[in-house]
Amino acid sequence: MSAELINLLVQAAGESLFMVSVAALLATAFGLPIGVFLATSGKGELFAAPKVNAILGVIVNATRSTPFIILVVAIIPFTRLVAGTSIGSGAAIVPLTIAATPFIARLVEAAIREVDGGLIETASSFGASPLQIVFKVLIPEALPGLVLALTLAVVSLLGYSAMVGAVGGGGLGDLGIRYGYQRFMPEMMLAVVVVLIALVQTVQTVGDYVAKRVNRRLRHR
Amino acid sequence: MVRFEGVEKTYPAYRGKPSVRALQGIDFAIPRGSITGVIGRSGAGKSSLVRLINGLEKPTTGRVEVDGRDISALSGRELRLAQRSIGMIFQHFNLLSSRTAAANIALPLEIAGWSKADIAVRVAELLDLVGISDKHDRYPSELSGGQKQRIGIARALATRPNVLLSDEATSALDPQTTRAILDLLANINLELGVTIILITHEMSVVRQLAKEVVVIEAGDVVESGNVADIFTHPKHEVTQTFLAEVLGDAIPVSLASRLQQQPLPHGQTVIRVQVRGTIAGDTVVARLARELSIDVALLAGKIDEIGGQHVGTLTLGIPGGETAERQVLSYLSQYQLSVERLGYVG
Repeated sequence: MSAELINLLVQAAGESLFMVSVAALLATAFGLPIGVFLATSGKGELFAAPKVNAILGVIVNATRSTPFIILVVAIIPFTRLVAGTSIGSGAAIVPLTIAATPFIARLVEAAIREVDGGLIETASSFGASPLQIVFKVLIPEALPGLVLALTLAVVSLLGYSAMVGAVGGGGLGDLGIRYGYQRFMPEMMLAVVVVLIALVQTVQTVGDYVAKRVNRRLRHR
Repeated sequence: MVRFEGVEKTYPAYRGKPSVRALQGIDFAIPRGSITGVIGRSGAGKSSLVRLINGLEKPTTGRVEVDGRDISALSGRELRLAQRSIGMIFQHFNLLSSRTAAANIALPLEIAGWSKADIAVRVAELLDLVGISDKHDRYPSELSGGQKQRIGIARALATRPNVLLSDEATSALDPQTTRAILDLLANINLELGVTIILITHEMSVVRQLAKEVVVIEAGDVVESGNVADIFTHPKHEVTQTFLAEVLGDAIPVSLASRLQQQPLPHGQTVIRVQVRGTIAGDTVVARLARELSIDVALLAGKIDEIGGQHVGTLTLGIPGGETAERQVLSYLSQYQLSVERLGYVG
């Protein structure tokens, strides 16, 4: 592979990492509170608001069932409003964030629901407020699950990011399509796939390691 | 002082399930500084009852007073403040797996807004009180059941509550550990003067620790009062069942199979004597044998001490036919012992 192509590959990997990491941060910032709320706002729960919970659930499901490539195109006006432009890596962060937020919210909800209900009762019994229960009990106890959820979200975002080439977002997927497929350069396609595999492996390994470190449920020897 | 006045608790119908009346007409008072056992079968309403005391549940009608304050009328911040003076320990310990022993004990103090320095001092005190100072930095997953419950107790006592609620706190522990935990609770009651309310389905827990007892069945308080009084003269069938559990009232199988309804020549009359109270339960058989010159056979029996009173049953074999039987029965009746003839053996 020529130096020029390697440069392209490095640049594309940089774009992918930029889009994915910013989108992951933003989606976590939005998805975490939504997920916590979904897990605690059912009937008789900490922040009981069954109607809001149901409406939020529908919105989350609707966003999750929209195919990502359609979402990217459908929200172009919104993307332009937020990012000032609808083209480029920066603009691509908007649809990536919108797609990952409900995904993270559901994973967070599942992780929070895994926490033993007895612990909520215990904290209530010594006079903890609902917010104290969230920050001192639910989130710390769900942390291993939350870390794995975030890992899964980042891996999914790497997959999504391959599609933002459609709006000029760049990145590895875009490079693979344009050079590997349209210009018929199988070595470029292979290189893109190898880099993506390496990225996913790294993210998963780091995520697993951190999740294990914060998990105190296991016996330490 | 904890007082229930006309308390009823009904859980409303939910998702097709009919409404459930968990408690009704609950009226009783628990004296300050006492150890009171609340005993009942599963589903009798014990858990609902204890959760009314610390405001985790609200009564449908009636009031629940703790130290003169109507807990059931409080909500929000006021309730949370009141809850700090009521500690609770749980069957499954309910420790945070993400926190060390010390950090678990610190949790209620953090919630109450204590400073870091004050928390450190108090936690060290509490670890010492429950006898696990060496486990300061251990996580719950590294500790035994007994050690976990000690952390639970330390955590419940952290904010210096006046009342400690125990919800089946020893039900998940082996008998030896149970004994150690109950001893610890007795000490805490003695040294700190904390009122302890024990929810349990185990008679042995009440027997070992409680001075007062409340027997509940199907949402009703069926008997309440001093442990010795209630168990020496159990009125309700449920109380009798619980008593039988520790007394082993059952007739041994081999004896039961040999029992006849008619007297047999040179046989024995089998009687069962209920020993209740301090009425010389321990010497009555010896004196009976000596004074009547009858060789009474001890066939089965168990005498135990509940609230300082002897309680138990003895199954005796009396040789010598009808005359001896009559003598023995009249001898025992002087002591107001309840006697029942089970039959005859050869």
